[in-house]
Amino acid sequence: MEKEKDYLKDIQDIRNMMDKSTQFLSLSGLSGIMAGIYALIGAAAGKYIYNLNYGRYITLESDSFKAIVAIATGVLILSVLTAYILTATKAKKRGDSIWNSTSKRLLVNFLIPLVTGGIFTLLLIKNRYYGLISPITLIFYGLACINASKYTLRDVRYLGITITIIGLIATAYMGYGLEFWALGFGVCHIVYGTVMYFKYDRKEK
Amino acid sequence: MKNILQHINKAFDHRIRLGIMSILMVNEYADFTTLKELLGVTDGNLASHAKALESEKYISIEKQFIGKKPNTRYIATKEGKAAFKNHIDALEKLIKKDN
Repeated sequence: MEKEKDYLKDIQDIRNMMDKSTQFLSLSGLSGIMAGIYALIGAAAGKYIYNLNYGRYITLESDSFKAIVAIATGVLILSVLTAYILTATKAKKRGDSIWNSTSKRLLVNFLIPLVTGGIFTLLLIKNRYYGLISPITLIFYGLACINASKYTLRDVRYLGITITIIGLIATAYMGYGLEFWALGFGVCHIVYGTVMYFKYDRKEK
Repeated sequence: MKNILQHINKAFDHRIRLGIMSILMVNEYADFTTLKELLGVTDGNLASHAKALESEKYISIEKQFIGKKPNTRYIATKEGKAAFKNHIDALEKLIKKDN
């Protein structure tokens, strides 16, 4: 009977090691919620600037455009910073390190589609396809999540699929870029972040 | 029962060796530091168990330099993967039988 328990434990150890060596599981759900909140605030600020200029064209050289870029950059920096801090805290709590082979692999696979999308977006701006910016950023971000999900918590895959679909719908309904953007980056992050928070973060406390 | 026990591989009958093989089954390779971190073992302990698996030809060890730093990579061989798969199958059968 003693021996039987050992075999079962062996199998559990094997599974545990296979998961632990391929997936970075310390990703914080709370950071997703925070990123969503920042995105919603950013979108509201963007909408406000847009309304101030209602009926006018916002050109690349205008202050309004610069303000919108500044808001988007601010949201991005805040989100990345929050994700880093909360994930590092969670990793520490789990006795995991934040910079190891699994987190590196996660980051590289996340960044490949994301950087591609970023460059693509810059080229779109250069060629004045402004209407496509919102759908394209959503689609590439969604694909980045799907690509990275193989190396982390499964829920990231569903987040990616949802955002990619929202991006496609946004392409069909151009002119509502900001609304779809808020739905994808704001609401989706909050919803999936909450799910992940209750599923993993809280359980480990 | 005896039949199944034949497939339980003595080479994997240790927590660290079992861990090394599990990691190498699902990763193309793993370096020394990564293995050490994942398994939570000392340098000497890891080195000796890796050596044991190497002498069975279940893993291969590649030493190289990244810049000036020496880097040791561990890779599961074809034989090692097949042997480990048999080992897991045997474990599963044993558990099923007992239940």
